Amino acid sequence: MSEHVPHDDFGSRLGMWLFLVTEMVLFGGLFIAYSYMRAKYPGEFHQAGEELNVTLGVINTVVLLTSSLTVVLSIVAIQRGEKARSMGLLASTLGLGTVFLVIKSFEWAAKFHHGLYPNSAHLATLPPGEQIFFGLYFTMTGLHGLHVIAGMGVLAWILRMLAKDQVRQDHYIHLENGGLYWHLVDVIWIFLLPLFYLAA
Amino acid sequence: MSDPATAIVHPGYGTFIKVWVALLALTGLLVTLSHFGQTTAVWGLLILTPLKAGLVFYFFMHLRYEGPLLKGVVLITLGTLLIFFALLFADVAFR
Amino acid sequence: MSTPSYLVDTGPRKGVAAWLTTTDHKRIGLLYLLAMTIFFFGAVGIGVVMRLVQLTVFQKLVTAQTYNALFTLHGVVMVFLFVIPGLSAVFGNFFLPILIGANDVSFPRLNLASWYFFIAGALLAVTALFTGGGPPDTGWSFYAPFSIKTGTNVSLAVFAAFVLGFSSMLTGINFITTTHRLRAPGMTWFRMPLFCWGVYATAWVQILATPIIAITLVLVILERVFGIGIFDPAKGGDPLLYQHLFWIYSHPAVYIMILPAMGAISEIMPTFAKRTIFGYKAIALSSIAIAGVGSLVWAHHMFTSGMSEFANMIFALLTMIVAVPSAIKVFNWVSTLYKGAIDFQPPLLFALTFIFLFSIGGLTGVMQGALAVNVHVHDTYFIVGHFHYVMFGGTGFGFFAALLYWFPKMFGKMYSKKAIYASWFPMFVGFNLLYFSMLILGLMGMPRRYFHHLPQFDTLHVVATVGSWFLVLGLLMFFGTLLRALFKGGQAEDNPWGGVTLEWTLASPPIQENFEAIPTITHGPYHFEKEGQG
Repeated sequence: MSEHVPHDDFGSRLGMWLFLVTEMVLFGGLFIAYSYMRAKYPGEFHQAGEELNVTLGVINTVVLLTSSLTVVLSIVAIQRGEKARSMGLLASTLGLGTVFLVIKSFEWAAKFHHGLYPNSAHLATLPPGEQIFFGLYFTMTGLHGLHVIAGMGVLAWILRMLAKDQVRQDHYIHLENGGLYWHLVDVIWIFLLPLFYLAA
Repeated sequence: MSDPATAIVHPGYGTFIKVWVALLALTGLLVTLSHFGQTTAVWGLLILTPLKAGLVFYFFMHLRYEGPLLKGVVLITLGTLLIFFALLFADVAFR
Repeated sequence: MSTPSYLVDTGPRKGVAAWLTTTDHKRIGLLYLLAMTIFFFGAVGIGVVMRLVQLTVFQKLVTAQTYNALFTLHGVVMVFLFVIPGLSAVFGNFFLPILIGANDVSFPRLNLASWYFFIAGALLAVTALFTGGGPPDTGWSFYAPFSIKTGTNVSLAVFAAFVLGFSSMLTGINFITTTHRLRAPGMTWFRMPLFCWGVYATAWVQILATPIIAITLVLVILERVFGIGIFDPAKGGDPLLYQHLFWIYSHPAVYIMILPAMGAISEIMPTFAKRTIFGYKAIALSSIAIAGVGSLVWAHHMFTSGMSEFANMIFALLTMIVAVPSAIKVFNWVSTLYKGAIDFQPPLLFALTFIFLFSIGGLTGVMQGALAVNVHVHDTYFIVGHFHYVMFGGTGFGFFAALLYWFPKMFGKMYSKKAIYASWFPMFVGFNLLYFSMLILGLMGMPRRYFHHLPQFDTLHVVATVGSWFLVLGLLMFFGTLLRALFKGGQAEDNPWGGVTLEWTLASPPIQENFEAIPTITHGPYHFEKEGQG
């Protein structure tokens, strides 16, 4: 924040929320594409969805929900001046984020192993609707994965600020905003799970 | 201009842990419903998923404790997306 | 004056380095102005070449493939580098904080970052011309499936547009937050000058619509690189989905382009009529209405695409409705002049020209909103003519009007009014020769984006091309006059037009932190003494 603008925590949160608006609409565009294609190929989407591993999808949901909980608890901790606990909780979020990515990469690897990836010879033999399903699956989970990585980068940075007391009991807007971003990433996964793993 | 920035009281650990339990329970319900055939699964998706997202927005993202402006921002966004969907399906559903 | 003007370097860095690291909203506004003026003239040059090719004697000037690249480039540069950032980036940056009584925007460093994203996007777009398979030949709309099949460098070009979109979104976030958080004491919503309403409504469209084009362009890149298939009919994809997604953004984008221009016109009319604006709330709220309804009309670009008949009707209806708030503004601007003490000055001339040209653009737009007419004129020069009446006649002339109005404030120099009047004449005549011919050509059946034309269209093509020469002459005279004023112009008064909004209470040019003390606002924005109530 430059010196010629007064410090404004609410303004910062408003700015963050407006940024989240752009993220919601960004994924909204993909959800529009998904629903358009699903309306076009309901049967094929059902067929292709059977290929996904529901157990891994649900485990990852639990992992992300828990990581969201630890972020919000980390804020409670810093509000109460419990620095060590706040850092511990935030670090667990980073850990859970890593677990999510590892599980996700196993899933992707399995799909590649079965020849289910865009432009593969095997996928080309499947009905068009199933090709689209996997095109969307990789696009949407891939973009979500990038957001998880970005979110972890942001949270790691904030963890550093916590350690250096740049984020502290009377000044924790960065942690709040970083948390907001992480929760949004979680919300997007909340939608991805049923769209790809369950209702298809 | 009233300033919603000052003195926001957040609840303690307990509330958020309760919300987390509710989210896990809803996830379980969602998975269970998906075993009862496609129609149930889709209805489960349409009702439970926004509910889960709503819990995250309302509690984890502190919307419950914010003033009307931030709530409005979210509602405008969701409303816009909803209208995009509705107008798109004016094409898709009647083709 | 003890505090130096914002044009004087006082920090540790001097000259160019000081400008490139500034977080002063006024300097950032000028950085945009400089960059955009260069892009504008580049794209004008391309336009002139395109017009030349339509003269039979110059048919061989470029190849057909080059012609495709030229209209793509002209469109991309004009749309993404000039009219979309447009008045928001230049005058929004410079005057939004001043008009609401603030010393800067909410996030000054983010503001500078937006400019760097803008420049990065522009550089990427230029790079796309000379690398890969050569300049894109898809038209600025990047329609699939051609855009995913062509060998030209589409991937980099759409990535450039993606980066530019990022710049636009960050600016939107900044302006909304600024408007909510930094209004001076007493500056209630309905005491804000109307330009702020225009910029505010635009900012909402910027954050609600731009992400859609961002993801669409990402999908095009993924399609080209990984073959995900979503827009590829061979894999079960659907080009119509591309069109939907593209226009969900790109139609609202034209309101991103026009709303701040309308805001600037709403500032100019009361100042030169020396009376308060007619129907303040109607104009303010119609900005919001245009932003809202304008986001719901996108598929009127797709009436002939094979969309459902039901959707055709819905979108035709919504398109008619969006004309209403625009008409409200036009009526109010004209009514503002009624019984005013009109002081005729260059900004007013350009504002009136805006109203005239924009009305033609708007009304031809309503014509296309009617399904039957649309089928006839779709993809003809009629569309090109209409679009230029709205974007050039509207946003372009709005931009010129705003520049004339605020130039003395921004630079502290006054230009030669006579020279500006002299430049207006060739601009106005050339503009109408060029684009009105296009409207007629379109009705006669001349398709857009064609390299050559049939003999029956010859005469009007000649008229249009000659018009383009007049237009360019006028533009050169216009910018030449301003450039001359910059170096040789006399010192401008603090309030040369007798305006009553906050910027006229400041020195010309303003001091670094705008206000020595943040003012307290006690009345509406257009409070002329003679009238009493503002």
